[in-house]
Amino acid sequence: MNLSGAIARPQSRRGWGKRLLRGSLNLHGVLMYAFVYAPILILVIYSFNSSRLVSVWEGFTIDWYAKLFHNEALGKALQNTLIVAVSSTIISTVFGTMVALVMERYEFWGKLPFDALLYLPIIIPDIAMAVMLLLFFVMAKMPLSLISIIISHIAFNISFVAVVVRARLADFDRSLEEAAMDLGANEFQTFWRVTLPLLMPGILGGALLAFTLSIDDFVITFFTAGIGSTTLPLRIYSMVKLGVTPEINALSTMMLLASMILVGLSLVLQKGGGRIEIG
Amino acid sequence: MRRILKLAREKEGLQVLFLIFPSAFWLIVFFLIPLLIVLAISFGRRGTYGGVVWELNIQNYLRFFDSLYLRIFARSVYIALATTLLCLLLGYPLAFLIARRTPRVRNTLLILLMVPFWTNFLVRTYAWILILRGEGLINLVLQSLGLIQAPLPLLYNDGAIIVGLVYGWLPDMVLPCYAAVERLDFSLIEAAQDLYANNVKAFLRVVLPLTAPGIVAGSILVFIPSLGAYVTPDLLGGAKSMMIGNLIHQQFLSVRDWPFGGAVSFVLMATMLVGTILYFRLGTQSGERKKR
Repeated sequence: MNLSGAIARPQSRRGWGKRLLRGSLNLHGVLMYAFVYAPILILVIYSFNSSRLVSVWEGFTIDWYAKLFHNEALGKALQNTLIVAVSSTIISTVFGTMVALVMERYEFWGKLPFDALLYLPIIIPDIAMAVMLLLFFVMAKMPLSLISIIISHIAFNISFVAVVVRARLADFDRSLEEAAMDLGANEFQTFWRVTLPLLMPGILGGALLAFTLSIDDFVITFFTAGIGSTTLPLRIYSMVKLGVTPEINALSTMMLLASMILVGLSLVLQKGGGRIEIG
Repeated sequence: MRRILKLAREKEGLQVLFLIFPSAFWLIVFFLIPLLIVLAISFGRRGTYGGVVWELNIQNYLRFFDSLYLRIFARSVYIALATTLLCLLLGYPLAFLIARRTPRVRNTLLILLMVPFWTNFLVRTYAWILILRGEGLINLVLQSLGLIQAPLPLLYNDGAIIVGLVYGWLPDMVLPCYAAVERLDFSLIEAAQDLYANNVKAFLRVVLPLTAPGIVAGSILVFIPSLGAYVTPDLLGGAKSMMIGNLIHQQFLSVRDWPFGGAVSFVLMATMLVGTILYFRLGTQSGERKKR
């Protein structure tokens, strides 16, 4: 009797403390999700506000969106953004996948330092990479244009694609390839019919990451862009620098919508691959 | 037999060369060489009309110890540390909360957390201008409630930068912490409690050491981009809250002192490297000590 009483007491106290802990943890969670979503919701709501002053609500309107669609400079910026994103994504996905295969499957002289070089563009701060590239283009007397932006985007995207594809390769079941070889497939056929399809979710994930990074990049693009090669983030930046306007809210909401669609797409893609990669 | 082996090796060598060449070429020409150019330039001197005089002196690095630049450096480190600490204080309990749910709820909560962070960084930063500025939401609400007479100066200071950075990098803290908490064996906590450890003790002696790798990873992931931040201080910070990133920008584009800008870039990278290594050491050491 005595013994069970001694055990029971701290447990009941613990139960009370636990409930308090759980309650405050839940409250914290609610507040955190509010913190994460509030700025974005505010942005969306303001984009439908008819007041030029942004802050004060004067009524619902979609005028600001209509204005966006008639803004030629913005259309040009969107076009530039897509040209850069699509071309840098295609090239960096091919290169990144190739190098991922090498790093996961072969041993060779100088592998370790090359591995470091491959990771460096991910770790290095944007601003440092941006000034490096700017200086390089100036010294090499290469004009700053869409080409210089694409070159720069490929330079950081190769590493990101390689990381994603390598993760997929790391838990690749090689016995499937051996089976294909045993059944008389040559090396090329094995790669084309077995390795590549199995690797596809990783490659697509890498491509999508590269595309998103390219579309979103501001700092490196800012330093490597020339006259006439303004992208959407550069355009938003100069608009924000001039002051808060309803047009920026509308544009931001449109970009928000675009990223939501991209995210949805990537989630569907990854579900197809059966393995979800976060981060 | 030998000849076949040799042939196979040669073939493998060719394969490696073919697969590695495009990336190696790109990374060497458009990354390594630019990096080395900036390193070389950082030992040079600014020419009278801009440009670079190639020399070999450490003048630019010594110049960094000028009180003006040291203050910018100290402010950057302070802002990055404050951001990391805040992210940890806010993110760790959140990671705990998410990890203790059923797998279905967990995935939904994680995706819900990530969605806003897939949007453009500029857009996310701009949203905070809407909230913090003089005619912004917070001031508007406080004024209409009659709590304040004049708008509070919430924007264009260090606090605004920290808020923007915390908002920008929070998931980078939550995800590694979540991964660590999810792996945690909760029967260990019960065991500690059975051995009469109170909640605080059980947390400090069991939970914290076991989730330390996640905390270390998250802190590095937040600290590094915060230290090198450029957009956030540029948009949310005031004229007096310049960070290292803005100093580099200024030296390259406005002042056109490339050698000094290069030196500052390398100081930034070196700080990140040293900070990361120190923190890793600290993390693994404390983990090992607890294990013993």
